[in-house]
This record gives sequence, structure tokens and C-alpha cells, in this order.
Amino acid sequence: MEPVPNIAPFIGYVYPNETVIPWTVLIVVYPYLTGLVAGAFTVSSLYHVFGMQRFKPVAHLALLTSLCCMLIVPVPLLLHLGHPERAFNAMITPHTTSAFAIFGYAAACYVLLLLLENWFVFRPHIVQQAQRTKGVLRLFYRALSLGSDDLTENAMRYDRKWIFALAVIGIPAAHGLHGYVGFVFGSLKSREWWSSDLMPAIFLFSAIISGTALLIVIYVISCRLRKVPVDSPCLKGMGYTLWGFMLFTLLLEGVEFASLVYRGREGTDMILEFVKGPLIVPFVILQFGIGSLIPLLVLTFMIWRGTGGKTLIAGVFASACLVLVAVLMMRWNVVIGGQEIAKTGKGLLTYTPTFLGREGLLAAAGVMAAPFVLLSVMVRLFPPWPQATKAG
Amino acid sequence: MTETEDKSVEARRGFLRLLGGAIACAATAEAGHVTVAEAGASAALPAVAPPAIPGYDWTKHRWAFGVDATRCIGCLRCVEACKTENDVIGDAHHFRTWVERYVYLEGEETPRVDSHSDPVNIKASGSEREYRFANRYKDANVEKAFFVPKLCNHCTHPACVQVCPTGATYRTDDGVVVIDHKYCIGCQYCVQACPYGARFFNEEKKVTDKCTWCYHRITKGLQPACVEVCPVGARIFGDLRDKQSPVSQFIRNNRTRVLKPETGNAPNVYYVGLDKDVM
Repeated sequence: MEPVPNIAPFIGYVYPNETVIPWTVLIVVYPYLTGLVAGAFTVSSLYHVFGMQRFKPVAHLALLTSLCCMLIVPVPLLLHLGHPERAFNAMITPHTTSAFAIFGYAAACYVLLLLLENWFVFRPHIVQQAQRTKGVLRLFYRALSLGSDDLTENAMRYDRKWIFALAVIGIPAAHGLHGYVGFVFGSLKSREWWSSDLMPAIFLFSAIISGTALLIVIYVISCRLRKVPVDSPCLKGMGYTLWGFMLFTLLLEGVEFASLVYRGREGTDMILEFVKGPLIVPFVILQFGIGSLIPLLVLTFMIWRGTGGKTLIAGVFASACLVLVAVLMMRWNVVIGGQEIAKTGKGLLTYTPTFLGREGLLAAAGVMAAPFVLLSVMVRLFPPWPQATKAG
Repeated sequence: MTETEDKSVEARRGFLRLLGGAIACAATAEAGHVTVAEAGASAALPAVAPPAIPGYDWTKHRWAFGVDATRCIGCLRCVEACKTENDVIGDAHHFRTWVERYVYLEGEETPRVDSHSDPVNIKASGSEREYRFANRYKDANVEKAFFVPKLCNHCTHPACVQVCPTGATYRTDDGVVVIDHKYCIGCQYCVQACPYGARFFNEEKKVTDKCTWCYHRITKGLQPACVEVCPVGARIFGDLRDKQSPVSQFIRNNRTRVLKPETGNAPNVYYVGLDKDVM
């Protein structure tokens, strides 16, 4: 047998079987990607459902980003499974009491919804390309048009109705999907670090900020690459959104931690020792200090001073990058942190990820990069920039 | 057995009706006897109907386990017997059963706890396949010390069964929580959900593994391997339906308790001689 990966050294007393960490860095990536899906979708809904015109420049980009992330979401799970070839067992004989069993259905429905909404949004482009292009591309776009090449005002009105309806359904669907990811952890009573009613809400709000932050980053970079000016009201709007939802996220995270410490149930001493020791860098410094407090201060300052122009772009962009790091660290601190606190309440483990291998850092980095590689192809096939498409 | 089969057949039919169509039929044909596990963790049925065991009726038994911690001498024959009997991975990180040592030193408020898998103890045994407790406290003033054997609690409301996405792990009618290794997808959600650390991932088979109370033995009228080899009778096993069984008498004649009752899992390993610090 090959050597067992993920053996964790420990201090204190941990159950013997706990010395192998069950969920690795891939399970950190999984909720992170799911969060990006929900967050990006939120921004697209601000335009499609709530009619906020300032988000028009990113509305379609948000939808494409959401789809690209969602298509990759199952990959870290499949890589993690001992028997990925049996993954469909959870769908053909779902165990209804399991939070995981519902994932297959929820994810499949949501992928379908995203595909449909994207199709309606990009249909005018698809139809135009089916007529303009030649060769393989023509075949590709013709197949994608599904034989529907009507671009009259009547047809477009019909499309807009569908886009609106799908966006409306998409809000609870996207948020439900991510709230459920929080439930996967929060519903487990075996770990004090996870067991919290606030977990779904925390996951949800951190998802919204991560998705918004991702869009800010992608939008600013794409403007640079396309050599077009950044739409200031749009960026400002996303900055506001990020700022507002960050307040909620931090409040929820603060309340959760405070009540855990205040309740002081068995094992809390160990948790505090953990937070003051190994978690200082990932939790206190990266997640809360650099990742949350600094962007919050920067954004507050810019909103207060009414900053505009290049300073606004730089400030919002930098804040968004930091928020992306903070949310990734939050996922790490929940998933890995939870497993580093022993179920005995009397010991701490140390997880060191491997670099190579199916569940190593390289694989995780690959999974993290995949949606963006996919997105870079997708934006060429379906340009999400406002002037390129008329629908929506 | 018949009643259970009827139940699972009914569940299967219900599910197929729901799903309908050829996909379900194909899936059923591929997976053998596919059933949907019913709602309610305690009522979870196997995803694949288990094979009948000749001459054994699981509706006529209700197995339970007793541990008399006051008797345990920490010889660890149980751990080694279990590894051999159940072909458990031979290292210090995979155990279907293990023994904890609690040592209270003079002047210290909390006990020092270790198990045979502690690096110090592994070093003393010289191998990850053989186990012994190193005499690490020989120069200290020990006020109190005892051993606590641990194993899967085969809970009445098992959190591990509740979270299994496929129904690969389930509770049998005779009260044993088992895993179908041909159906488990290896997600390890159950490993996370078990508050007792009783489950582990079998890297050889790529599925989750744990104690079965030696189901292959008890259904043939034998004792679990750990019970059979225990030289001091610290491990007691039997049928709750039989009032004269060792475990029925053990529970009747002692004030017993279970581990972590606050989880609501309703464990079925009954302990005598635990201290407040045992977790």
C-alpha cells in the first residue's frame, strides 16, 4: 500500500483515527467556488431583477463567471471521493437525511438554470454569429441557437421575460445552494467549531462578498486587457455592495465567535488555545485583519470622501483582492481549522497539505484556476461586454 | 428478515415510481437491489439489500456491548486481535477499537491521556503493528490511573448514518451499524459526523471503515474477537433480547453510563468505571 497521506502530528490527546485528516484542501476549494457562484449571481441579479442600471456593464459577465465556476464545483468533490465512479449512488439512491445527498440534485438544477439564463442572455449574439461566421464556428453557433433565430422585438420581449423569471428563481436557488454548504458543516454536532446555527448565514454572506470581489477583479482586469475605461458608477456600485455585505458578514462571524466563547461549553478552552496559537496567522491576521478590516477601512474611507477616478479603481480593486484572500482563509479556517481541533476537546492537530497527489496543493490550484481558464474561453465565444449584446 | 425485505422492496418501488423511466431501470439493474433509504436516521435501510445469512434471523436479536473499565489492564490484546480478525490497516492511524490511558499525577488538575497510538508508545513497542503502553510515568507520583477501551458505539440514532449520502452505511435490525464497502463513495462525511472518532478511511479500499462488533462472527454465534481475547473480562457482549446474556446481566447488575450522551446519538456501548474526564 502507498503511504497514507494527510497524517497530522498532534499535541494533547486526539482519538487515534483522527490523526488522518479526512477533508483536505480540496474541500476548502469546494465551498469557495460555490460561494463565488452565488456571489457573482447576486451581482447579475442586481441588474436583471432589481433593475439597477449601474451594474449593466458587469451583469452578463457575472452570469458567465457564475456558470464557469459552477461547472467546476463538482470537480474538487469528485477528486476527493474514494470512489468517484460511484458518485451517482448519491443521486440514484439518495439518503434523504443527508445534506450531501441533496447536493447532486441542487447543483444539477442550478447548472440547468444558469445554462438557460446564459442561453437567453447570449441568444442574440449566438444567432448573429451563426449567420456571420463560417466553418466549425458556424456549426457551433447554429447548434447552440437550437433552431431559434428569431430576433424580432416580440421575440426579444419574450426572452427578457424568461431572463427575468430565471434571475428571480436564481436568487433563492444560488443562495439556497450556498446556504446549504454552510449547513453541511453547521449541522454536524461532532465539532464545536462547526456546530453553529449561524454557519449557513455566514457562508451565504461571505459568498456574496467573495463573488462581488471576484467580479470587481475580473472587471477591472478585463477593462485593462480590452483597453476600455472602467465604468466608474458600476465599480462604485460594486464597491458599495461589497462594503454593505462585508458589514453583515463580519457581524455574523463576530456574533458566532462571541457566542461560542461566551457559552464556553466543553472544549472551548481548546478552541481558544487554538485561536491564540496556530490560528493567529490564518484567522486573526489574514481573515480578519488584512482580509477584512483593511478593505473595510479603505472602502469606508472612499465612500466617506467620495473618492473617484484612478484612486477609486485602485482602492476598490485592492480591497476586492484582499476580500478574496479573506474568504479563502475563512473557508480554510472552517474546513481545516475544524479538523485541527480534536473531537476529544483535549488536543490539536496540524494539517500540512501535500504538494503533489490527487488531494495536493497543485491539484487544488488547478481546480481554482480552471473556472478562469474556462471563462477566458467563454468571453471570446460569448462576449459579455454591453455593446456586444442587446438582450437583457 | 421477510418483513425487512418487504419494507425495502416497498421503498424501492416507491422510489422507482417517483423517478420513473428507463434511467432508473438501468441504474437498478446495474446496482443490484437498489433501495432508497427511508427518512429518519434510525430507520435508514441499506442501499443494497444485504445477503441473507443462513440460519440467522436479525429480527430476533438486539446486540449490545459492555465495557468494565475497572477491569482493563491495558494489555491491548483486543486491539491486535481486532486488527488481525478484520484485516485493519496495520499502522498507528487506523483502529476499529483502541484503549485510552488516563493518568492523574500528583499536583496536576487534569489527567494525562494517551492511547497506544501515541508516538511515545509506538516507539516503545518498536512497530506500528504491535501495541503496548510505554511505562512513561514510572518516575512520577501517580495518584490515579485507569484504562478505557473504546470502539464504535453502534448508536441507536447514529449521526454517521444520518449524513451518509448514499445509504451505504446503515443500522441493521439487530442493532449493528455497518458499511457496505461496495456502495460507499468514500466522501468521509460519516468520519466527520461521528463524535467518537470511531470511523476512519481505509486507503486500501478507498472506503470508510469501522467496528462491526465482528458481525461475521456474532451472526454465527461467536463473540467479537476483542471480547474473546480479553484476559480479564473487561469487554462484555451479548443479546439484549436474552435476559441471561452476559451484556443483559452486566447492564442489570451495574450502574452503567454511555459516552457523550448529550449528542443524542443514544450509544449502545455501556460503561462501568468511567471518570468524569473520560471523553
